[in-house]
Amino acid sequence: MQDSTPFLQLLGISKKFGSVTALSKVSLSLHQGEILALLGENGAGKTTLMNILFGHYVADSGSITLNGKELPSGSPRHALKAGLGMVHQHFTLADNMSVFDNITLGTEPLFAFRRKKSEAIRKIKDLINAYELDVDHRSLVKHLSVGQRQRVEILKALYRDTRILILDEPTAVLTPQESEHLFATLRLLVDKGLAIIFITHKLKEVIGVSDRCLVLRHGVVTYEHRTSETDMDTLAREMVGGEVPKVEVLPGAPGETVLSLHMVSACDRHGFSLLHEASLHLRSGEILGIAGVSGNGQGHLADLISGLLSPSSGSFELLGEEVVRLGPVDMVRRGVGRIPEDRTGTGLIGDMNVQENLILENYWKKEVSRYGLLKASFMKKNSEEITSRYDVRCGGEELPVRMMSGGNMQKLILGRVLSEKPSVIMANQPTWGLDVGAATFVHSQLISASRSGAGVIIISEDLDELFKVADVIQVMYQGSLSAPIQPSATNAREMGLAMSGHLDVFTMVSPEEACHAA
Amino acid sequence: MDTLQLFLEAGFWMAVVRMATPLLFGTLGELICERAGVLNLGIEGIMAAGCMSGWTWVYLGGDLWGGILFAACVGGAFGLLHAIFTVHLGLSQHVTGLGITMLASALSSFVFRMVLPDVTTPPKIVPFAPMDIPILGDIPVLGPIIFNQSPLTLLALILVFFVGWFLKHTPAGLALCMTGENPMAVESQGLSVFAIRTCAVVVGSGLMAVGGAFLTLSAFDAFYIGMVNGRGWICIALVVFSSWKPSKALLGVVLFAAFDALQMRVQQDVSMVIPYQFYLMMPYVFSIVALIIMSRRSAYPKALLVPFRKGER
Repeated sequence: MQDSTPFLQLLGISKKFGSVTALSKVSLSLHQGEILALLGENGAGKTTLMNILFGHYVADSGSITLNGKELPSGSPRHALKAGLGMVHQHFTLADNMSVFDNITLGTEPLFAFRRKKSEAIRKIKDLINAYELDVDHRSLVKHLSVGQRQRVEILKALYRDTRILILDEPTAVLTPQESEHLFATLRLLVDKGLAIIFITHKLKEVIGVSDRCLVLRHGVVTYEHRTSETDMDTLAREMVGGEVPKVEVLPGAPGETVLSLHMVSACDRHGFSLLHEASLHLRSGEILGIAGVSGNGQGHLADLISGLLSPSSGSFELLGEEVVRLGPVDMVRRGVGRIPEDRTGTGLIGDMNVQENLILENYWKKEVSRYGLLKASFMKKNSEEITSRYDVRCGGEELPVRMMSGGNMQKLILGRVLSEKPSVIMANQPTWGLDVGAATFVHSQLISASRSGAGVIIISEDLDELFKVADVIQVMYQGSLSAPIQPSATNAREMGLAMSGHLDVFTMVSPEEACHAA
Repeated sequence: MDTLQLFLEAGFWMAVVRMATPLLFGTLGELICERAGVLNLGIEGIMAAGCMSGWTWVYLGGDLWGGILFAACVGGAFGLLHAIFTVHLGLSQHVTGLGITMLASALSSFVFRMVLPDVTTPPKIVPFAPMDIPILGDIPVLGPIIFNQSPLTLLALILVFFVGWFLKHTPAGLALCMTGENPMAVESQGLSVFAIRTCAVVVGSGLMAVGGAFLTLSAFDAFYIGMVNGRGWICIALVVFSSWKPSKALLGVVLFAAFDALQMRVQQDVSMVIPYQFYLMMPYVFSIVALIIMSRRSAYPKALLVPFRKGER
């Protein structure tokens, strides 16, 4: 199956961003007809390495050889010409243009009087049929689901007769079923002689699809092996660099309802529906997980509970009181703690320091300010307390928080929210982009907050995360919520069905069956 | 004067098309820049530079078409300056554009004063004569309105269709539109975002300057300081009105010019009860109302105003 000489070879690639070393002397080889999994934590340098290979970044040192010839650095055009294709984690598609336009862009000489459409359409249709990449070439990208957009990205690469396909975290946005479909497609491609590099941080996928795997940790290759001769535990240890920290999930004791939505709908100012008859009941001492493919209204649900969006119909109760026209400030004062999705955009003010960021939600309190003046002594004491208690490493409280790592930013937000002892905690993607250590810390803090009486909502696109920490799960699809289900009573397949629109899948299961499935 | 009767006069529509010409060049130029993702607020100054440089070329003995070409080059040079600041250095497009407008307007007045230090009444040149096309010019109604005009007017009308075709049906047009929608999509297909944006801004600015040169080489025969008189800003509004489509831009420009021509006719009528200032306002009120109606629906290029920096996440 493999030639003895590698098709692609990266030798001694190093790259620094400012003073931070992203990659240090990384070497990698790839043969035709194999799937190489590139495994590593967030921030290990996987994406940086692939962006160097594709020419988006220029490496400080090292060389790339493809098919015996050296590849000029920093030029996506040469990379494409040599047969490299990349499916980026954040899709590089233009939303307002058609699938056809997105695929054919740059594939014909720029200065022609007319585009050769019919030939191109035939070629695209052939590819769609050959690899089961079902998508309509005429539709606008903005009307496609995330899974379909990914197929367009793959088509984009195949249309250029790619020899090596790089996929960056391809399953992050897919339902379990869509992931299975993707893996089948990849197998088909490899059988036709393509080579694939598959970037991921999910161990199951490495074992499931790859022929060989390579672990990257802090920019250094720490492990390389044939997948068939290794196992998940070894890979996990190599990825984290030691034993994998475990979250201790204490049994919960749900109390009374702290927050409830009953048939809540909401629209934007153009009348476009954002939430559709969504219902949920959150009890104290309970963690409610909201699952779903990204962009199905999770952000709007978070906005609603944070007071940024008001419902157009339905009832919304907080601590037994009807919520009517309350803004974000009112919600915070009534005991809603918010951990937003976009840490630097809405969670923190990047150019302000730790002390200032920590009082953003309670500056009006007597102990923080008096006569319109902030109390410097309180701010100092407050930030010392929170940074030590929540293990925030900021390199100086006077530095702007944008200099901090994602994990430390999240701990800072967590500290700000939890120190106010909220009765409801709304956490949107709380561990997105964090390494295992920081993610475990966030999870254990949220669990202990819930066990001491808060109701916690965790919105996540990562099913494994919800299965690990949530007491009940509801699935969100196009602004609607499914009935709640206990993680022990369901499985990934059912969740996948619900995430692709079959929200009634849980209500159809009878209790006996649920027990049986568990 | 009966206003309705006015609309039936060929003379009125001839005036409309004539007044529309500089706006058409300016709007198409701005549209090309914005479709590539670069707002060019230098338009007002670039049109002034086109006015001055075209006129000066002819005044110093060059021929009329040479003047147009020279004006386009001067406009392109200011466009290049705008592109260096906004595309390559990624600076604010608003600030740079306003700076270009001030620089180009002031330089035009300065150069004009250098060329003619001691003149109180501006000297005149011989402008473009209306064309006399044998068969086409004899078509009833349409003939005089479109073909008995300055050749620049015909050029502007042809350009509308050419730019529309270019954006929709050529590979280069697709690349340009895609750059305005998502630069990463262009970069990941191996094309240079910098090169595409720079070309678009240079060509667009060249067209704006031709629109300015029309004023001194066809509509009038002399250069006055401040003669662009806000036409550049109107073009920016018209681009929004057009939803970034050349065909709709033509509609918008003609509508605006019609209001402008109407306003000029009506304010000459002394029997009118309403003060003439209200008529002066009309085209601008129209453009504000039209903007409010149209811009709610318009899908602007998504990457407009967003600088692209290679190698950044």
